[in-house]
Amino acid sequence: MNAFIAIVRRDLLLAARRKSEVFTALFFFMIVVSLFPLGIGPETAMLRRIAPGVLWVAALLAAMLSLNRLFAADHQDGTLEQMSLSPTPLAVLVSGKVLAHWLTAGLPLVLLAPVIGLQFDLSARALGVLMISLLLGTPVLSLVGAIGAALTLGVRGGGVLLSLLVLPLYIPALIFGAGAVEADVAGLGAGGHLSLLGALLALGVFFAPWAATAALRIALE
Amino acid sequence: MLSAHGLACDRGDRRLFSAVDLSVSPGEWLQVEGANGAGKTSLLRMLAGLSPAADGHIEWEGQPIGEARDDYHARLLYLGHAPAIKEDLSALENLQTAAAVAGRPLDEATAIAALRRIGLKGREDLPARVLSQGQKRRVALARLLCSQARLWILDEPFVALDVAAVTQLCGILDEHLARGGMLIFTSHQAVQLAGSGTTLKLSAATPPRAGAEAREVAA
Repeated sequence: MNAFIAIVRRDLLLAARRKSEVFTALFFFMIVVSLFPLGIGPETAMLRRIAPGVLWVAALLAAMLSLNRLFAADHQDGTLEQMSLSPTPLAVLVSGKVLAHWLTAGLPLVLLAPVIGLQFDLSARALGVLMISLLLGTPVLSLVGAIGAALTLGVRGGGVLLSLLVLPLYIPALIFGAGAVEADVAGLGAGGHLSLLGALLALGVFFAPWAATAALRIALE
Repeated sequence: MLSAHGLACDRGDRRLFSAVDLSVSPGEWLQVEGANGAGKTSLLRMLAGLSPAADGHIEWEGQPIGEARDDYHARLLYLGHAPAIKEDLSALENLQTAAAVAGRPLDEATAIAALRRIGLKGREDLPARVLSQGQKRRVALARLLCSQARLWILDEPFVALDVAAVTQLCGILDEHLARGGMLIFTSHQAVQLAGSGTTLKLSAATPPRAGAEAREVAA
């Protein structure tokens, strides 16, 4: 447990020393989302319809931006070797890294989404549902992304390969996440979609760290 | 005690070394020698359990290291080619994080004392990126001072160190051996260590495997 906390602390500290990487992803999210109202024009009905999808797709892409650095730096400077030699299971340490990734790349998106969602004329209620769907969905993005980052570790041109590998796996989170907001706007209630997102999250928390660990062990050999 | 029998290592089609036997008992050191590319680092990584051996088996206290993995890793300290130093963290933060990941959290006073002893007084809070190559090595070596591991596996520990630091490191290694620790290391320098020890020479002259040979003939 100590080692888990140490890894989370270290990664947060590293993110704090390199703020530009965190802010790049955030600004990317803000700008991509803001381009749509500017491009489509002030038709509120249309904007309200596309809002959930646009916000979710932008969140997927923003979360992708920092993924290829998740394990690459540790691999290069030998930290990953030391992590695999720790008496603490590597999967626990990988979970720590994923948690730190979510705190720096996922949580800020959740907090920012309602603010930039205002551009799409969404109701306060819909913005709330959007926030909850992102709160449940962005950890899934970090967890699934960790598997992809581990699989493409040490591969040349791994960045593009990572996107091709991970984006299809993000589809369920996208469908249920954007679907929750749409269902709520249509008056159908978002409960079903949100429970499915929660189920995805539970599955990811249990299996993704083990899968990522197995891939890391192959890369380390 | 660590022992290995009939170890072999393959790189692609080439067999780097084969039938390597070794054993290290408490208080003993083992220096692995060999030309560049002879497989010294590969051997050390195998012994640490980082990569599987192509042939042969490695035992820690009579048990294969694959089975006693957690117990073995709790007693092992491995320093590889890459010093596992984060450029953006200070020397102190690097040392404390490394110790916590290795399962032995260090309080700040102990960590600072270790850094001072290794010759980094006044540089504890500088980010590692502004330290010289030798100073970065010293940050990594400070882990030795705080370690209670029985077995140290060090890959080129003397590289990038000045004369004074080499002498100091020899002193640290002697202390470890005197405490009944075990040491396996590679070095191109002749090192004078107390205690008993052996030198293992890896020769790159072993012929390639039969399959590779056949392919060369066919080509």
